[in-house]
Amino acid sequence: MHIVVCIKQVPDSAQIRVHPVTNTIMRQGVPTIINPYDLFALEAALALRDQHGGEVTVLTMGPPSAADSLRKALTFGADRAVLLTDRFFAGADTLATSYALATAIRQIGETFGAPDVVFTGKQTIDGDTAQVGPGIAKRLNLLQLTYVAKISGIDLTGRTITAERRSEGGVQILQTRLPCLVTMLEGTNEIRRGGMADALRAARAEIVTWSAKDAGVEDISKCGLRGSPTIVKRVFAPSARAEKAVLVDFSERAPADALIADLFKRQPKLEDELSTLARGY
Amino acid sequence: MIEEKFDAIVVGAGMAGNAAALTLAQRGLNVLQLERGEYSGSKNVQGAILYADMLEKLIPDFRDEAPLERHLVEQRFWMMDDNSHVGLHYRSEAFNEERANRYTIIRAQFDKWFSSKVKEAGATVLCETTATELVQNDKGKVIGVRTDRTGGLIHADVVVLAEGVNGLLGTRAELRTRPKPENVALAVKEMHFLPREAIESRFNLKGDEGVVIEAAGTISRGMTGMGFIYANKECVSLGIGCLVSDFQKTGETPYGLLERFKSHPSVAPLIEDSEVKEYAAHLIPEGGYKAIPKLYGDGWVVVGDAAQLNNTIHREGSNLAMTSGRIAAEAIFQVKSRKDEMSAKNLSLYKTMLDESFVMKDLKKYKDMPGLMHVNSQNFFLTYPQLVSKAMQSFVRVDGTPKAEKERKSMRAFVEARSWVGLFGDAFRLARAWR
Repeated sequence: MHIVVCIKQVPDSAQIRVHPVTNTIMRQGVPTIINPYDLFALEAALALRDQHGGEVTVLTMGPPSAADSLRKALTFGADRAVLLTDRFFAGADTLATSYALATAIRQIGETFGAPDVVFTGKQTIDGDTAQVGPGIAKRLNLLQLTYVAKISGIDLTGRTITAERRSEGGVQILQTRLPCLVTMLEGTNEIRRGGMADALRAARAEIVTWSAKDAGVEDISKCGLRGSPTIVKRVFAPSARAEKAVLVDFSERAPADALIADLFKRQPKLEDELSTLARGY
Repeated sequence: MIEEKFDAIVVGAGMAGNAAALTLAQRGLNVLQLERGEYSGSKNVQGAILYADMLEKLIPDFRDEAPLERHLVEQRFWMMDDNSHVGLHYRSEAFNEERANRYTIIRAQFDKWFSSKVKEAGATVLCETTATELVQNDKGKVIGVRTDRTGGLIHADVVVLAEGVNGLLGTRAELRTRPKPENVALAVKEMHFLPREAIESRFNLKGDEGVVIEAAGTISRGMTGMGFIYANKECVSLGIGCLVSDFQKTGETPYGLLERFKSHPSVAPLIEDSEVKEYAAHLIPEGGYKAIPKLYGDGWVVVGDAAQLNNTIHREGSNLAMTSGRIAAEAIFQVKSRKDEMSAKNLSLYKTMLDESFVMKDLKKYKDMPGLMHVNSQNFFLTYPQLVSKAMQSFVRVDGTPKAEKERKSMRAFVEARSWVGLFGDAFRLARAWR
């Protein structure tokens, strides 16, 4: 079995700030991490490999420094890392990114064997769009399972995969055919530490580095800024909203009554609507 | 189980560890370097000043690519009392040279670069990996280390302990004892970010010129300690440190000292309107020559802070760390090329080479200084700064008092505070410790 996991190196959002004057994101000096959702995807992939055998290839697109994230993924136990780096890729939005990644995955398939599953995180914490995973699936004509919390099982002879998909109000258990693409959520696994053997191998591993041409990109105008219809009109930091805490006096009424009275006082329309509704009963 | 056996394992990726790993790798040895931090530099704390001479020996063209902040053209020593300072400033155009002698650096950035050189030289560098145990055979020879990763023992002919001031691994293996509270200082520091122009105008600098301020006096509240202010490109490093035993004795807090130092009228204008983006604390070895533990044994050597190698008087810590790391590596290489065993007897070459270097010669020269400063801390850090400040105040203030009377009064103040015997005694002890 061959699994490809797409990861992204992102600035640690806990340490990022917006410049108060220029409104641009201040990335300088902010440490980078692997997008946390991608780690749930990577762990799911490693667990499947450990159970069923095969290989896990991690793929990222980014500047040469993104190799650090790939090396880290190798430390966790991935078998191979591919870095897609080219100045043509710079400034890509989700459309251009999914084009580049899909092309690279096709190339990985031809070079190292066709993937049975492609994993991505649900979304990145710096873009928050959740579009790249589905975009790749569409371009590669893969069936897709999104918002997956857990892989319940994989049947390599029957060529099916079963997964738990978290949805509002419940969990859906879905089964689909391989090959497919899965976007992973948090909650059911945690990335492993990686043993000494993996760490040693990762420290010395050669990272496969591809330019747009190496990855088989034919139409360069679909990459990077040129291939990105998204226009960032404005970036701004939302002003902090401070809701004042309210003290409700419980001395004269029961707590629930007092709270509701207080709520109605602030939202008179709500009182009208609720009373109209209540009249029906 | 890791089958591979390394020629050497270097524990730690600070200045000493990186110098050792780099030298060993350059000499063609199979080196494994272990670092507990996320990357080399992520856990390392220093002011920081880099002395070019030693790094030049390791990486001759480092100036072309290392992340350096400013080259120092001015050194200021401040003796402070609560609202004034008496300063000795040395500034020279001679320091504006092609190959400058001293630079301010930011360790998180510098060490990352240094580590990239270690990797380029061929060493295997593993970060986020803590060495937890030195493994010895039944004869007590160190044969490798265990880490916090699964996979068991990693074998090596020799282990270079560059694990930093606490020396936990060496202590756990009973090769040494932990540093005593009176032999280590606890220093706290902050990074104050300011626009470049503000730093240059406040410190009287142009271009990449830099300045260092070392300050002592009442800021340490009678404890043995010092404050420092270093100008970087776009931030000012500022900190203060005192002996741990003094903190224990007085109950003073490091952050309390730092706040007082920052609000001192001589310091506050330098960092006004700055933004603090980083704060850190670290132990600094201050015991000098007498506190140096055993430096080598069967299958191991110890370098840098872990070996307590720090010249307090000249503020040379990372310099001695790099030098000891390089010398240890050279010694190991020599033993290895003779195809000899990494036994205590053969590794004593490291001690011999270190003794011949400026490292041990300098530390020996000042061997009595830490003791003197410690025993007389009240005098050196409270009484004298106050007396000197008062005398200077009297000297420069014009108020109708005859000058001879002023001088007599200042002299009397010194004698009353310390007595003639005390004054001569201090002068004698200081001169002897300096010699």
